[in-house]
Amino acid sequence: MNRLLLRGGRVLDPQAEGDAIADLLVENGVIAAVAPKLDAAGAEILSAEGCWVAPGLVDLHAHLREPGQEYKEDFTTGGRAAVAGGFTAVACMANTHPPNDDPSVTEFILAHAREDSLARVYPIAAATKELGGKVMTEMVALVRAGAVAISDDGHTIMDSGVMRRVLEYSRLVEIPVIVHAEERTLVGDGVVNEGVVSTKLGLPGNPAVAEEVMVARDLRLAELTGAHLHVAHVSTAGAVRLIREARARGVHVTAEVTPHHLTLTEEAALGYNTNTKMAPPLRSAADVRACREGLADGTLDAIATDHAPHAVHEKEVEFTLAPPGVIGLETTVPVTLDLVRAGELSPLEWVRRCSAHPARILKRPGGELAIGAPADLCVIDPERRWLYDPTKGYSKSRNSPWAGQELVGRNVATIVSGELVYHVDRGVLRP
Amino acid sequence: MIGRDLLAIEDLERGDIERILETAAHMQEVGLREVKKVPTLRGRTIVNLFFESSTRTRTSFEIAGKRLSADVINFTPSSSSLTKAESILDTAKTLDAMAPDAVVVRHQVAGVPKRIADELTSPVINAGDGAHEHPTQALLDLFTVLQEKGRIDGLTVAIVGDIAHSRVARSNIYGFLKMGAEVRLAAPPTMIPAAVETLGVKAFTSLREALDGADVVMMLRIQTERLSGAFFPSVREYSALFGLDREKLQYAKDDAIVMHPGPVNRGVELAHELADHRPSVILDQVRNGVALRMAVLYLLAGRPPETKRGTPEARRGTPETGSAKVSETRGGKS
Amino acid sequence: MAPLTTTQLSPDSTPLQISKTAACHGRVVLDDAGIRRALMRIAHEIAERNESLEHLYLVGIPNGGVPLAHVLADDLAEVAGVRVPVGILDTTLYRDDLGRRGERPSLRRTEMPSAVDDQVVILVDDVASTGRTIRAAMDALLDFGRPRAVQVVALVDRGHRELPIRIDYAGKNIPTQPEERVVLRGESGDLTWPLEVVVLSGEEAA
Repeated sequence: MNRLLLRGGRVLDPQAEGDAIADLLVENGVIAAVAPKLDAAGAEILSAEGCWVAPGLVDLHAHLREPGQEYKEDFTTGGRAAVAGGFTAVACMANTHPPNDDPSVTEFILAHAREDSLARVYPIAAATKELGGKVMTEMVALVRAGAVAISDDGHTIMDSGVMRRVLEYSRLVEIPVIVHAEERTLVGDGVVNEGVVSTKLGLPGNPAVAEEVMVARDLRLAELTGAHLHVAHVSTAGAVRLIREARARGVHVTAEVTPHHLTLTEEAALGYNTNTKMAPPLRSAADVRACREGLADGTLDAIATDHAPHAVHEKEVEFTLAPPGVIGLETTVPVTLDLVRAGELSPLEWVRRCSAHPARILKRPGGELAIGAPADLCVIDPERRWLYDPTKGYSKSRNSPWAGQELVGRNVATIVSGELVYHVDRGVLRP
Repeated sequence: MIGRDLLAIEDLERGDIERILETAAHMQEVGLREVKKVPTLRGRTIVNLFFESSTRTRTSFEIAGKRLSADVINFTPSSSSLTKAESILDTAKTLDAMAPDAVVVRHQVAGVPKRIADELTSPVINAGDGAHEHPTQALLDLFTVLQEKGRIDGLTVAIVGDIAHSRVARSNIYGFLKMGAEVRLAAPPTMIPAAVETLGVKAFTSLREALDGADVVMMLRIQTERLSGAFFPSVREYSALFGLDREKLQYAKDDAIVMHPGPVNRGVELAHELADHRPSVILDQVRNGVALRMAVLYLLAGRPPETKRGTPEARRGTPETGSAKVSETRGGKS
Repeated sequence: MAPLTTTQLSPDSTPLQISKTAACHGRVVLDDAGIRRALMRIAHEIAERNESLEHLYLVGIPNGGVPLAHVLADDLAEVAGVRVPVGILDTTLYRDDLGRRGERPSLRRTEMPSAVDDQVVILVDDVASTGRTIRAAMDALLDFGRPRAVQVVALVDRGHRELPIRIDYAGKNIPTQPEERVVLRGESGDLTWPLEVVVLSGEEAA
């Protein structure tokens, strides 16, 4: 019998709309009680005073690189990075080697992640064979094997006919079809947002319209087919607007936004630092503002990291050649708390967008503190200042635009299935 | 010049440009002597690190260095980080260990000279990085105009061609604006870079309007690959609309000069008849290139290490940072 | 005739004259009239020392040597009836201390209208001290050609020689402390006549 008491924290329950100081008791892997001044004899006590106690964060979008690219990240290190960052569950993308386009790979992922990862791992399977954008995958078999969504992610399905069929077929299993919406022929060689920054840098630009055009297409196809379209890493004001209008018309669309697209603009790329190269790229201040507003008004449902580890030698090349993407599991909390500090989101709304909404989109448990629910929790100190040094982080990779910066807010403890798996003073703990 | 490197005209102040041009005028005189050599950089080593080949610019730097009695070494790594055994970073670190007195870098991708400068204690001179900047070209263009017209303030300069992909255009835009000229661009819509007017220039898709009253007409080289239908349908149409001939030159002032960074695509951007004689000053540009590069090498190469860390940021008063952090001081969260 | 020494100064100028020009620091050791007299005397000496003035070539070292060279040419024309050509030779590119300095010094004009070959080149400098500027000037000169002979005029010789350089014609010898600076300047701070030579103390020189 394992008892853990989180004492005196500000308990934020998005499901029950609860926001109050209370104690939370965990017993036998589930939430046993939430009330002020609980008495818990024999329980391990963790003081949560001055901190928030919330459902564990759920990441809709991460690249854990296993199988095939374990030099960048694997389930062990990815899982540690996740729990260190307050995430108790992570959905991992299919662009592994081999890609997750076959149930055998889905099973491999589940088996190894169960063994190695401290956080829960939900595999996202490919939408087309070999991510080639031509032939649909066996969605039913994949879902039976444990896939929670399908996506070709960065290998955007350019053929609209194929995209339509993928959306239609997905109705059989009613899972979200996650899209990285970019019209590749408009992107061209673009590596930074097309605008004054690309002009100054002398680098090829990736215009906002590339995202808008593809989001428009996918929304219409979703509307036609009735499928659940989930738009990954929205970055443009135009896309936010299109999603808002489509949602109002009743289209079954959800959307996510990354921490970097909520807080960094294209100007961050002005020094040619490849850790500011992402896909889609960092955009203009107006786009960032629109994304923040979209997250606040619910147009964008969730924050997702798009955690994309790359080895140092892969990023230390010419800007045009560096693979896009940055890690984010360990920095999402401080970076996105910026919206709470700016008064754009309440703490409860923030928690909801990091846990309840992602869980709902993936149709997984999470984001609630109901009695009897699995005890996946995080404890966050919103005021804690710390220096982020990726060389001391848990991810194998270091590609972060926040390297060397002082961040405010930190996840200080993480509990998965009732077990304390991470504590800021003790590091990761194997139960 | 207080800064350690010459990476971009965007980083320079007017006073820096004036200093360089003044120094170039003196170096020009050296080029008129019988013994075109001075011992100023004797015993110094200058490395030409040209990842992208260029006989003209490299030779110009080589002559400039040798006229200052420096030892000039040409280092031509054949390709980029991904395909070579040695990455850009490793090349830079190896060079740093050899402690050259100046490194001149050209690369087909923007940002590489800056990255190399972050790794070296030696001064780095950008000889052209992708579509970003080509500072010594713009400086020799400014120098040529100054010699021809006696001033730059108040002149109208028209730059014509594939602005979007041109580092010469960008450097010249910054240079001429800083020196008080009005700058106009002329190009087909597909070749005008995004938001370019925020830099302080006016962009035209009509050559006639851009040339109206211009004192200086600068033609850029069109890369024929771009005319394969992607950015412009054909050489014929480009030439008809944006190529300069005697007739179109009449839109400009009577005493307008014609410039070109070279090599010229005769019949494409510049009519044959205009390429070799007045009002073209193209050969003067080449001549001035050596004097200008001598001036830059004189001002930057071989100074004691304390000054070598004097970046524009340091000059503006932020505390000295180690080379590993130099990239952070530019533009935000890195 | 033996070169001038301090004791042969003309009667009405004394060393270490303490006088102040309006709004400037330093003590004047040679005023405009004194400079003119010194140059005229030097012109006579040049004429005496050189059998023929036909191959003479005056070369002023910027900045101070330039106005002096021009006046010297005028004086020689008066004294010997010969118009000697005047050139300007900047020595900055030949300095031996460029590698030690942070900021590179600005270059000055060089204008050598006549050929140097087989001429008796008379270098003209305002203040001679360590001898390094004259050394640099000779190196520069030798890149222009092969002079028949090189002689040196210094309006002021302040001593502290570091190289074996001889001043053939000195206007005035002025003993100084090493940290002091001796400067030729015009009343408004530039190099237009009337000129004067001042000694600046260590602090003033800074």
